[in-house]
Amino acid sequence: MTDFFAAAATDDTPIEPSLPDGWELVVGLEVHVELDTATKLFCGCANQFGSEPNTNICPTCLGLPGSLPVMNESAVELAMRLGRALGCDVNRSVMARKNYFYPDMPKDFQTTQYDQPTNSDGRVVLGDGFVVGIERAHIEEDTGKSTHVGGGGRINDAEYSLVDYNRAGVPLVEIVSRPDVRTIDHAKAYVEELRGILLATGVSDARMEEGSMRVDANVSVRPHGSAELRTRCEIKNINSVRSLGRAIEYEARRHIDLWTNDGAPDQETRHWDEEGGRTTSGRSKEDADDYRYFQEPDLVPLEPSAETVAAIDAAMPPLPAARRAALLEASGADASAVGIVVERGQDGLAMAAIEAGAEPEKVVTRLVNDLAVDDWSKVEGEAFAELIRMESAGELSATQAKQILGDLVEQGGDPAEHAASRGFEAMDTGELESLVDQLIADHPEEWARFTGSDDGDRKKMQGFFTGQIMKATKGQADGKAVAQLLAQKSS
Amino acid sequence: MSALDIAAAVRSGERRATDVLDEHLARIEAGDGDIHAFNLVTADAAREEAEAVDAAVARGDDPGPLAGVPVALKDNMCTRGIPTTCSSKVLEGWRPPYDATVVTRLRAAGAVAVGKTNLDEFAMGSSTENSAFGPTHNPRDLTRVPGGSSGGTAASVAADFTPLGIGSDTGGSIRQPAAFCGVVGMKPTYGAVSRYGLIAFASSLDQIGPFASSVADAAAMFDVIAGPDPRDSTSIRDYAPNASSVLDRGVAGLRVGVIRELSGGAGTVDGLSADVLARTQEAVDALAAAGATVEEISVPSATLGLSAYYLVAPAEASSNLARYDGVRYGLRVDAPTTGEMNTASRTAGFGPEVKRRIMLGTYALSAGYYDAFYGKALKVRTMMLREFAEAYEKVDVLVTPTAPTTAFPLGERTADPMTMYVNDVCTIPSNLTGHPGISVPFGIGEDGLPVGVQVLAPALGDELTFQVASVLEAAAAGGAS
Ligand SMILES: [Zn+2]
Repeated sequence: MTDFFAAAATDDTPIEPSLPDGWELVVGLEVHVELDTATKLFCGCANQFGSEPNTNICPTCLGLPGSLPVMNESAVELAMRLGRALGCDVNRSVMARKNYFYPDMPKDFQTTQYDQPTNSDGRVVLGDGFVVGIERAHIEEDTGKSTHVGGGGRINDAEYSLVDYNRAGVPLVEIVSRPDVRTIDHAKAYVEELRGILLATGVSDARMEEGSMRVDANVSVRPHGSAELRTRCEIKNINSVRSLGRAIEYEARRHIDLWTNDGAPDQETRHWDEEGGRTTSGRSKEDADDYRYFQEPDLVPLEPSAETVAAIDAAMPPLPAARRAALLEASGADASAVGIVVERGQDGLAMAAIEAGAEPEKVVTRLVNDLAVDDWSKVEGEAFAELIRMESAGELSATQAKQILGDLVEQGGDPAEHAASRGFEAMDTGELESLVDQLIADHPEEWARFTGSDDGDRKKMQGFFTGQIMKATKGQADGKAVAQLLAQKSS
Repeated sequence: MSALDIAAAVRSGERRATDVLDEHLARIEAGDGDIHAFNLVTADAAREEAEAVDAAVARGDDPGPLAGVPVALKDNMCTRGIPTTCSSKVLEGWRPPYDATVVTRLRAAGAVAVGKTNLDEFAMGSSTENSAFGPTHNPRDLTRVPGGSSGGTAASVAADFTPLGIGSDTGGSIRQPAAFCGVVGMKPTYGAVSRYGLIAFASSLDQIGPFASSVADAAAMFDVIAGPDPRDSTSIRDYAPNASSVLDRGVAGLRVGVIRELSGGAGTVDGLSADVLARTQEAVDALAAAGATVEEISVPSATLGLSAYYLVAPAEASSNLARYDGVRYGLRVDAPTTGEMNTASRTAGFGPEVKRRIMLGTYALSAGYYDAFYGKALKVRTMMLREFAEAYEKVDVLVTPTAPTTAFPLGERTADPMTMYVNDVCTIPSNLTGHPGISVPFGIGEDGLPVGVQVLAPALGDELTFQVASVLEAAAAGGAS
């Protein structure tokens, strides 16, 4: 069951971990995203996560002899849309073959792009204005998935391996950033921002846990003030934004250790070990692959016309950065709260509620604190505005407002109607006052402590009286009104 | 009996497709022990197809333009449920789950596929001696090679096992065996015929084409198999040639060019034999006699074709053949690790010529060698396209020998790959440019074996090649040499 009232997800590493003095971090990120197409990149098989193994396959995505690829035009369209959202140039592009042997790759080459990618030279602007350059965002096919059974669970010591080719040929875009990132927070913010762009454009569902968004980090360090690029390591197998931060920090410290002890890191691929909290060496330098790229002769170049690109631009939905700016302006709320609302895609609701007359800052606060749910599609702007108004006016207590928000999430509709059907009538002030008087009479000792000079006592007793009244009214009393009455009576 | 005569007789109900089939199967049965044109004869499947044709005729339905005509399929064309080997041990026992587009189109036209023919392993070779299942013998002289790599299909047509056959041509693999066996063989414009279901050797060069005993039969088959296919991204959209309709147009007023570098003129390539050059000259004379104008043309890069080809083709092959790794189908030799299993399977599965080309291609694409080898070959290809485009501003077609010599003895060149490779010197340029070319028999050499003459045309000039070949065919029959 969904907990409607869960506290807003908070960043669990609010403080930037600091590296030893004198060292600067240099990070480039390579992000693979699966495109949200109905079918695979080169054949008509379903692009679907979670099917029975080897059910979404055909001669082409199995790479059977004689089969040929046919480009999925909607994948190209999504890739170009993403490119434009990242501010890239969309180029004439060609597919290339990246040759290496691996059992989950049916043709023993991957069809990708090499020197002529579809998108190049873009940028992502983070919430705080920091700019990460995008070198390229190119189209490629995914591989199948291997499961190594027995032994150490790795390909060469397993008893046997199982391969599922459902994922083989699923369309991917690989987004390669420039090595612009200097802090772990920016690395994480970049991935979050990309995710927001992917969701906003409908390019991908961008789920790291399902593998539809995969992040590799190229990490190196250098002395502060230096412009050199030192040996970098590519960290793979990072499964969450949190792990990304941990992996970069671990790797940076490892490099600094090596450099300060007359050593040097090897340029290599390393794997993030989530449980061990460390990176481990992947392939050694000796078997570094020469991929022997060459143009894919079975496909023709992609040559989008200027009209095609213009049409993509015209149909571009508002992107997170623009939406943040708009909500920030409309609400005057805290930038990080606005960021959360936009990240959740609740900015449309926020704007509608503000338009309907709700107090803008309160709208943002309420959304952040009380609407951390998966599906809020039934909540309408006007209803949300009305709920906030009712609570502000004391017609509903905070607890009641939360309950009614739950009703809105589940059923939609009008908050006043939900309040009526729950029997949440605003309590008559006179009625509340006589209740308070009765309580004071019944509890003279507590009252004396409330009116005494000890601040701690006063606070405790305030809690006591409020609790008693809430109990007596089954939570229907407005907490603020109670506080006001208690203050009046004690003065 | 020609393919068109058989089709006419079957369509009219005069002959039954099943009888035609039985007659040809009997010939195969009697003769293929000596020739070895076929890796596999699919008599039962063929009979079902023939019966379907007869049933269509009986119902009054149109059984198609090739009704009841037996055809031979090179064993690198995928046939659903029927073993398709590329004459390689690595694919022994593999049955494709689908038909190549050409196979589907031939069946729809009423043709009856009788079996899969021998080839140089993965179409790599010029003699059909590089087959894991033994060589094919030339029906004109059993001690000679049939040419290659489509030697099995060429032999099938030459031996009258089938009136028609399907081959593939990556560097001359249709035209050269057609010349050696004395039949007509045509390589279409790249993209004219779908490659879907053709097991790739070198994807940017491979093209499927027809074999027949006559130009008219070859044209009829070409018309059936040509045309766009959404399954092949490189197939040409909106291209629907009709070669059969142009065969009687003659060559009056046509401008014919003779490539100096491939015809014994100054700067000519080595190894062109005198009798082949003589027949080629006679062919050119015949075209002139029929009203064409003749001009010598220089295409200097034509002589570089061989070197460029032996970088481009192996490079693509090294990638195309990577999938034969023992994981999913075909031969698997078990070993302790996956990598060792890959190596063991490929070592046992591929023959020496295939290994040689995989290694060549791997080096040509390797970091540090790419620019010097593969990159340079691409430049030659571009240069060749430009020079041929210039030539075709001056002339409509080009005429050259198909192969430097007539069919050579079995075993003569297997020890030295270079002497084998030069066989393709005249045919390779049109694979690198993607242009069409046809080989038509024109007289015999000193050894009494057939000589083939090649007619080349620019891209989309497929009809023109048949038109000119038709005139040469008539001239040859009229007693030239
Ligand atoms: Zn598929």
